[in-house]
Amino acid sequence: MWLSTEASTIMGGLFVSVQTAGTPPKASKKKPRPAGTLYRGHEGMWSWVFHRITGVAIFFFLLVHVLDTALVRVSPEAYDAVIGTYQTPIMGIGEVGLVAAIVFHAFNGLRIILVDFWSKGTRYQKLMFWIVIALWVLTMLAFVPRHLTNVFSH
Amino acid sequence: MATATAEKPPAAADAVPSFTVTLIIRRFDPEVDEEPRWQDYDVELYGTDRVLDALHKIKWEQDGSLTFRRSCAHGICGSDAMRINGRNRLACKTLIKDLDISKPIYVEAIKGLPLEKDLVVDMEPFFESFREVQPFLQANSTPGTGKERVQSVADRARFDDTTKCILCAACTSSCPVFWTDGQYFGPAAIVNAHRFIFDSRDDQAKVRLDILNDKEGVWRCRTTFNCSEACPRGIQVTQAIAEVKSAIMRGKP
Ligand code: HEM
Ligand code: SF4
Ligand code: FES
Repeated sequence: MWLSTEASTIMGGLFVSVQTAGTPPKASKKKPRPAGTLYRGHEGMWSWVFHRITGVAIFFFLLVHVLDTALVRVSPEAYDAVIGTYQTPIMGIGEVGLVAAIVFHAFNGLRIILVDFWSKGTRYQKLMFWIVIALWVLTMLAFVPRHLTNVFSH
Repeated sequence: MATATAEKPPAAADAVPSFTVTLIIRRFDPEVDEEPRWQDYDVELYGTDRVLDALHKIKWEQDGSLTFRRSCAHGICGSDAMRINGRNRLACKTLIKDLDISKPIYVEAIKGLPLEKDLVVDMEPFFESFREVQPFLQANSTPGTGKERVQSVADRARFDDTTKCILCAACTSSCPVFWTDGQYFGPAAIVNAHRFIFDSRDDQAKVRLDILNDKEGVWRCRTTFNCSEACPRGIQVTQAIAEVKSAIMRGKP
């Protein structure tokens, strides 16, 4: 996949610089990564990157969520034990990430629908991207304080 | 300053300022290199020079082995699409003064097509997709006595944008979908299909829509807009793809 190759070239770059740090002659001439540079796309490309990352993340969350919910049919005690671990602050912070991903994916999904089906959608895609970001920030500002007070006061 | 210029001979006073610019070029010689490597060059350039002039200076004055394609040098032949500072551009249309020369300029081959040497890639897969969409006029009617197929101004305007393509591959090789899936037709093939699908004189729109209504056709497009931003002809590529998508859904242009 594109993401994994880009990520691995970034990783590769990090790895090489770590490797050469101990050997002065090599470290002195710092060369760019042998792989190509990261393509410098604009709003459209990054919105797609985030859309795919959040989409895959939500998918894996739902997969786990279906499994843990299905546990209730196997053993209610085991279900209670697993669900109990979700009450911890770490999970509470994880939930912030999950909501952040879903909210971005949902708003940007509506943007993609407009790009596809509204005749002027392609012309306003950048503006719509920033509207998505604004709506995302507003939603998170409304959600995060309330949620975290809940998480840390119980 | 004023007195200095007054005393200098006119030639020196009119001298155009030049700058030392560093280019870092991703080189690859298939006979020597296992992997591409970056090499830097310092070149003396004017603000009005283009990246193509810089490449020429390197090739002619410093390193004759540097390999790249160019022909017209005026943005018409589509030979010299390359990745300049991380974005696909034509070297012959990228002015040095429009780049930040306080930093090195990175130049590398376009992405997603097989690298042959330095800045040259194998364009054959790209042209293969282009040929597959039947990019030529196919009319069932014979022209009238005047020998011409008459078309209204509005009908001509319908596909004007996509007639401007020079097949440089800047769009197709900027597409993240194409990088991972070389089978995808790619924006340029769709642009050139659009040019005939929406031409009122052509009668084979249905055939082209069928070709593009494929797993590797228009539905691969994820609307990242990299193609529209890369096109040196300013073609609204993503818009053209969207129009083909909706023509497929309607079942007619
Ligand atoms: C909240 C409502 C949702 C909306 C409005 C929405 C909208 C969309 C749209 C329009 C696309 C097409 C993207 C494109 O054409 O590039 C898409 C892709 C995707 N969605 Fe969602 N979606 C939603 C929820 C979900 C959920 C719950 C999941 C996880 C199971 C998910 C996972 C994905 C994935 C993996 C993709 C593929 C991304 C890609 O191809 O780049 N989405 N979504
Ligand atoms: S649509 Fe634009 S970027 Fe793509 S091949 Fe044609 S001229 Fe080049
Ligand atoms: S050399 Fe012909 S387009 Fe640049």
